[in-house]
Amino acid sequence: MAVSFLRARRRRKMAPVKAPRELAAVAVEPEEMSDPGAILDIQNLRTTFRTDEGEVNAVNDISLVVQRGRTTCIVGESGSGKSATARSIIQVVDNPGMVESGRILFRAEPEGPVHDIAALSETGDGIRSIRGSQIGLIFQEPMSSLSPVHTIGNQIAEVLELHTDLDETQIRERVIAELTAVGIPDPEERIDAYTFQLSGGMRQRAMIAMALIARPSLLIADEPTTALDVTTQAQILDLLADLKRDLSMTMIFITHDLGVVAEIADDVVVMRHGKVLETGPVEQIFHAPQHPYTKELLASLPQRESGTGATEPVREVPPRVEVSDAVEMSVRHDEPDVEPLLRIEGLRMEFDSVSGSMFSRGQKKRIVAVNDVSLQIAPGSTLGLVGESGCGKTTLGRCVMRAYRPTAGQIHYDDGGHAVDLATLSKKELRPYRRLIRMVFQDPYGSLNPRMTVREVIGEPLRAAGLAQGSELDDRVEAMLERVGLRRAMGSRYPHAFSGGERQRIGIARALITDPTLVVADEAVSALDVSVRTQILELLAELQQELGLTYLFISHDLSVVERVCDRVAVMYYGNLVEEGPAQSVFENPQHGYTQALLSAVPIPDPRLRGSRPRIVYRPEEAA
Amino acid sequence: MLRFTLYRVLHVIPTLIIISIISFFIIQLPPGDFLTTQIAALEAQGESLDPAQLEALRIRYGIGEPFWVQYWKWISNIVLHGDFGLSFQYQRPVADLISERLGLTVLLGLATLILTWVIALPAGVISAIRQHKAADYIISVLGFVALAVPNFLAALALAYIGFRFFGQSVGGLFSAEYVNAPWSFGRVLDLLEHLWIPVVVIALAGTAGIIRTTRANMLDELHKPYVTTARAKGLPEGRTIRKYPLRIALNPFVSTAGWNIPSIFDGEVIVATVLALGTTGPLLLGSLRSQDMYLAGGIILIIAVLTVIGTFISDLLLAAVDPRVRFGKA
Repeated sequence: MAVSFLRARRRRKMAPVKAPRELAAVAVEPEEMSDPGAILDIQNLRTTFRTDEGEVNAVNDISLVVQRGRTTCIVGESGSGKSATARSIIQVVDNPGMVESGRILFRAEPEGPVHDIAALSETGDGIRSIRGSQIGLIFQEPMSSLSPVHTIGNQIAEVLELHTDLDETQIRERVIAELTAVGIPDPEERIDAYTFQLSGGMRQRAMIAMALIARPSLLIADEPTTALDVTTQAQILDLLADLKRDLSMTMIFITHDLGVVAEIADDVVVMRHGKVLETGPVEQIFHAPQHPYTKELLASLPQRESGTGATEPVREVPPRVEVSDAVEMSVRHDEPDVEPLLRIEGLRMEFDSVSGSMFSRGQKKRIVAVNDVSLQIAPGSTLGLVGESGCGKTTLGRCVMRAYRPTAGQIHYDDGGHAVDLATLSKKELRPYRRLIRMVFQDPYGSLNPRMTVREVIGEPLRAAGLAQGSELDDRVEAMLERVGLRRAMGSRYPHAFSGGERQRIGIARALITDPTLVVADEAVSALDVSVRTQILELLAELQQELGLTYLFISHDLSVVERVCDRVAVMYYGNLVEEGPAQSVFENPQHGYTQALLSAVPIPDPRLRGSRPRIVYRPEEAA
Repeated sequence: MLRFTLYRVLHVIPTLIIISIISFFIIQLPPGDFLTTQIAALEAQGESLDPAQLEALRIRYGIGEPFWVQYWKWISNIVLHGDFGLSFQYQRPVADLISERLGLTVLLGLATLILTWVIALPAGVISAIRQHKAADYIISVLGFVALAVPNFLAALALAYIGFRFFGQSVGGLFSAEYVNAPWSFGRVLDLLEHLWIPVVVIALAGTAGIIRTTRANMLDELHKPYVTTARAKGLPEGRTIRKYPLRIALNPFVSTAGWNIPSIFDGEVIVATVLALGTTGPLLLGSLRSQDMYLAGGIILIIAVLTVIGTFISDLLLAAVDPRVRFGKA
């Protein structure tokens, strides 16, 4: 290769970071640790962000102890300060944040010296000798957490260059061994791969290899599985558990997902608004929670195995779909005389993609995003469409919206008695149906124009359809605001003044303002915190009952789908692999992929940990 | 990579043909031709030309012929014989006129380019790292001042300072005694004494844009998670910034670096004219004014070809530097 000279450039050998003097200066007596068995003792930590609007205490005077050899989960919703706490430990808080006060006592070896690492300079050798070698860190998004222009081998090797005396060949061997240990196939080749050449799961494995290669005694994992599919998440959680045991590490695991907590935690710390609300062993947190907020979080969990949790009484508004409902629905659906609102037949959607590198161009590939899918949705029901990223569920939703023109197949929409095939209509012929089929988007931040007031945002579809104007339009917008649980007066504000949950209510109002019959909700609650998610799901259920709406509910989150859907359709690589009433699909999945998918969902109860075998789906075996 | 290079070379050829046609078309656009300009100049001095003599000149220079015939004569001589034609005004081959100025032009251009980058890139990086702090504001203000002051004015001011305080001769790249002297150590020193004024003036004016782009690119990259990852490994701050965000922030420069090749050659017409530098810039200006079409055409063609080649080099460099481009993922 003509470019190999760039890669083969000799690395400058760096002396390993050693900073005995800096560390000696922050040594404290071992007795000052609140627990002799602790590896980390955070005392009155305060981390602030200095912004133009003043100081924000992201971490507000918290104290917590991490026991050696255990997994401590820090749980909380966005803005709870859990991530800032993790980053404060090795002082890599994003600008303009800084560790303001408090002590972080760290004892790398069981009987070794204790250092107050919060007292070290943020850029000095002292903290640098601990970062990467004593404390490893894994982040949420493996794509953006690794440099796109360096090979993973280069980025992993750097840790050894910094913290060991090994030479270049020894380092390469160690990196390959580490890649093997984290389960990356063909490590001799992958070591020279770039991040964009790896799948999300492989990237996160590379990140784990990087964090662990110097054998730290403490691993901090900051939402390491949030960006991954559920089956990949299960693999990564298993890997972390294995590595933790083999390397006898201590782990701090930060997550918002209580299912994951139940799966892996020994101890749990619940945080909100920069404060620690409750700490305790996982068993106690799940089965005898003390703080009302912990109870609230647990209540928002879906209860699959009923009777195992002590949380049912907290649920105030039950989800609309009771078990009896679902059964009834499926019975009704099976009767031939109920005309479905939407009948999709043989739908196929292909995309052109220019594949390969720019050095071997000209190879156009047809990607089949949706392959011969047939589905029916009964009026007034909710069809859940599940699958992992890239399975074609969003494409299917967009075909129904006719944002895409399907390559083949029919989308029959029942327009008051006579069926219309939306798949073949022209743009002009589609116009009357644009107001009947509406969409709620995933990202409540990106899907609202920041320069339009909420009144304009919600009123726009009405104006575009020519359904209302002037004071009538304003009246309808305000009525809709109230209906989705916002105040009339909020109409004149701009989207940035609203929280994530409120924005999603605005998105729902915009979808419903034209009195639609069918609403496509594409990951409509995926970006929301659990407690807000519950409220939005309840709102959707209420609106469905009041207005007789039909939902096509697209989600990767199986627990949400189970909770709100009458029927479930499972997609895998563009194909529909299973469809049926929600209860039967979840309790008795027929297809191998559905079984694998369900077995990967963490069970939100620590007592049931390990009680269920993990099923791995390999299509070639099934075929 | 080889395949890509060949592919791009194939793209370059038709581009060059079209560019040569357009440049030939443009230099013929103004009404009249070299002869009419000459006649006007002669008439202004009270002289006149014999129509027969005029006709002879027309035929000799091929001026009356159709566009395509003229174009073909011009381009085929360049491609086949390296003959850029004859300058009407100087009555010498265009190739000679250009080549005798080439050395100084490229020296000035390269020195300017290097000085611009040596000042602007670190300044931009510092400006980003110290965002909203004193260093950021000072760098930005200085950059904008340098951008806003007209080049010729700054050149005049510096030339005055050089003359008033250092006793330098004004204008040109050599003192009077060295203009026609053979190369010697003294002549080189003399050249350096004169060269700094245009280099500083042109380089400073170019820094502001690069400082702002570097600053904006760096600010985008500095807060990316991979920078935190690098810090979490224990990398020193300086090396963190050099290896990761800076590397990515430089991509836009790599992708436009080739565009600087033509600017090395045309060498800042105005400053060069004001300071009477013996570079190609003033030559181009003069040839355009007198409609000396083969001279102007030759210079414009060279600049255009250099632009195309520069872009080609940039593409290759970017592919070499950024694996995302190499593998078609960006």
